[in-house]
Amino acid sequence: MSRIFTPKVVTANALLEGDAVWLTEDDTWTRDVSKAELMTDEAHADLRLLEAQARFDEIAGAYLADAKATADGPAPTHFREAFRTRGPSNYRHGKQADSASRA
Amino acid sequence: MYTYNDFDEAFVRARVAQFRGQVKRRVDGSLTEDEFKPLRLMNGLYLQLHAYMLRVAVPYGTLNPDQMRQLAYIADRWDKGYGHFTTRQNIQYNWPKLPDVPDMLEALADVGMHAIQTSGNTIRNVTADHFAGAAADEIEDPRPVAELLRQWSTDHPEFQFLPRKFKIAVTGAAHDRAVTKAHDIGLRMVRNTAGEPGFEVIVGGGLGRTPMVGKVLRSFLPKAELLPYCEAIVSVYNLLGRRDNKYKARIKITVHENGLEKIQELVEARFATIRESFTGHDQALLTEIEAAFAPPAFVGKSTDGYEANRLANPAFRSWTDTNLSAHKADGYAIVSISIKKHGNTPGDATSDQMRVMADLAEQYGHGELRISHEQNVILPHVHKSDLAKVYAALREADLATANIGLASDIIACPGMDYCALATARSIPVAQEIATRFDTLKIEHEIGPLKIKISGCINACGHHHVGHIGILGLDRAGVENYQITLGGDGTETTTIGERAGPGFSAVEIVPAIERLVLGYLDLRRDADETFLQAYRRLGREPFKAILYPNEDKANAA
Repeated sequence: MSRIFTPKVVTANALLEGDAVWLTEDDTWTRDVSKAELMTDEAHADLRLLEAQARFDEIAGAYLADAKATADGPAPTHFREAFRTRGPSNYRHGKQADSASRA
Repeated sequence: MYTYNDFDEAFVRARVAQFRGQVKRRVDGSLTEDEFKPLRLMNGLYLQLHAYMLRVAVPYGTLNPDQMRQLAYIADRWDKGYGHFTTRQNIQYNWPKLPDVPDMLEALADVGMHAIQTSGNTIRNVTADHFAGAAADEIEDPRPVAELLRQWSTDHPEFQFLPRKFKIAVTGAAHDRAVTKAHDIGLRMVRNTAGEPGFEVIVGGGLGRTPMVGKVLRSFLPKAELLPYCEAIVSVYNLLGRRDNKYKARIKITVHENGLEKIQELVEARFATIRESFTGHDQALLTEIEAAFAPPAFVGKSTDGYEANRLANPAFRSWTDTNLSAHKADGYAIVSISIKKHGNTPGDATSDQMRVMADLAEQYGHGELRISHEQNVILPHVHKSDLAKVYAALREADLATANIGLASDIIACPGMDYCALATARSIPVAQEIATRFDTLKIEHEIGPLKIKISGCINACGHHHVGHIGILGLDRAGVENYQITLGGDGTETTTIGERAGPGFSAVEIVPAIERLVLGYLDLRRDADETFLQAYRRLGREPFKAILYPNEDKANAA
């Protein structure tokens, strides 16, 4: 029996701003992990990572990160990935501030 | 202070122009990230968790007021209005955007600064005693030698692709404030029997995954032989150092695996070969540099006002008790400005604060500022009669925290709030510990205590040499904090011992509180510091305080 594959999202840093972005199903980069494509098939995830890495004029350092399905869409499972969706804890900088200003 | 000559200026400008072209080619897709990464790292640009990070070298921790103001300007113009002073006397900007970085580097070049070799497997920014040129216990100002090393190591063609990064620290004083024994090369100025100044050359120290105390390679090296001797060391390491395993590539491992004697033989042989090629130009250069570091014109005036102010103002008196150090000139003091206000991020200064410190240095400090590896800012030359005015201005700027050397004067790396390598956060732990001790109002009673926090095994937060060290790890997907005890980063460098199992993020601050309160019961008297008590009693009583339930658990 094959081992159980932990669902993944493709994530990277945006080339110009350097902040965290995630790959969506329709091949755009989103700054909101809940809009990312959640991949439950390992072969598909590997393929999507290759496609993402080819887009090196948009992003840097693409990799697969563990994620889980929630009612609001994909969410990180590890604290490092959770921090990347928000920003640092010592100042309200990064995504937590950007989303506040958008709201 | 040293100012760039035409050569420095042309070199730095050329590098900015090169990097501008490289960034342009990266942005238009001509360069991949794999191609660009080594180029950006050569210029101090990292890619972190939330953004790029630019690490700017502050050579041997020395700044003039215009440079500090320019750092503030850069923070306002291209970052978020603050900068982070690091444990290697550098400053880091956490939010630059890639297309802006060439302009930031240009702005640095305008004041004789750069970010070259603040990353990569090269000789990094040379660090020095932050009290250099001012300390009462100093043989000579070590900065001319540090500047000579900077010029020699910058773009040194032989040393651009070393097995691993290479860090040099230098001190001219008896008391080691530069952690020289935890560097790849540590240089401690000493005198020989004839009274001539030279260096004790220490090699193979380092923290990180495999912490090691540096070993004495040469107990006395004449000053004039410094450059060829350092070149011999780095050149031996360049050939002998391991390139097969990144974790075994630092010179500490090379020394450990080959033995000090073999390294000594190889270095002396290489030194004998290259000594003649240093025909004296280096010494002529050093003489010029030394002139640039001539001491300021200290003034002799009364310090009566200082004593009166101390008596009149208890807050000022408390600050003078903790934040001043002995100066070599009569009537002067070294001021340490704490960048560790309780609850704030260790080492972070706003642009407004940077400008205030620059103004104070200009007005009262003979135009000099220093960054300490303990992430504070130093005004090295302040006359005691000006201290009350300096204190008042610092207070206005929220910079008058009286905690230098105390429990809340914590070193902390950026940790997982910023760093891509981190395994846990360190800043919130530092913030909470400082806030807790401030609430308890006992840090003055506790006395000298160095708490140092790293957010990963690489030990940027120097946890191994903290009296209390904290190492943040990822244990099964949860932040976990290990405590080490009895570390020391001075001339009696000691690597701290692991206390026992780690603590969760919610347990770590209460554990530190328990440990420190427990020390108050263990110490012989109020003069016995935490480190002294630890050395006298050993690990066990401290372990018993940290893990009070262990005996019961074992008995069950």
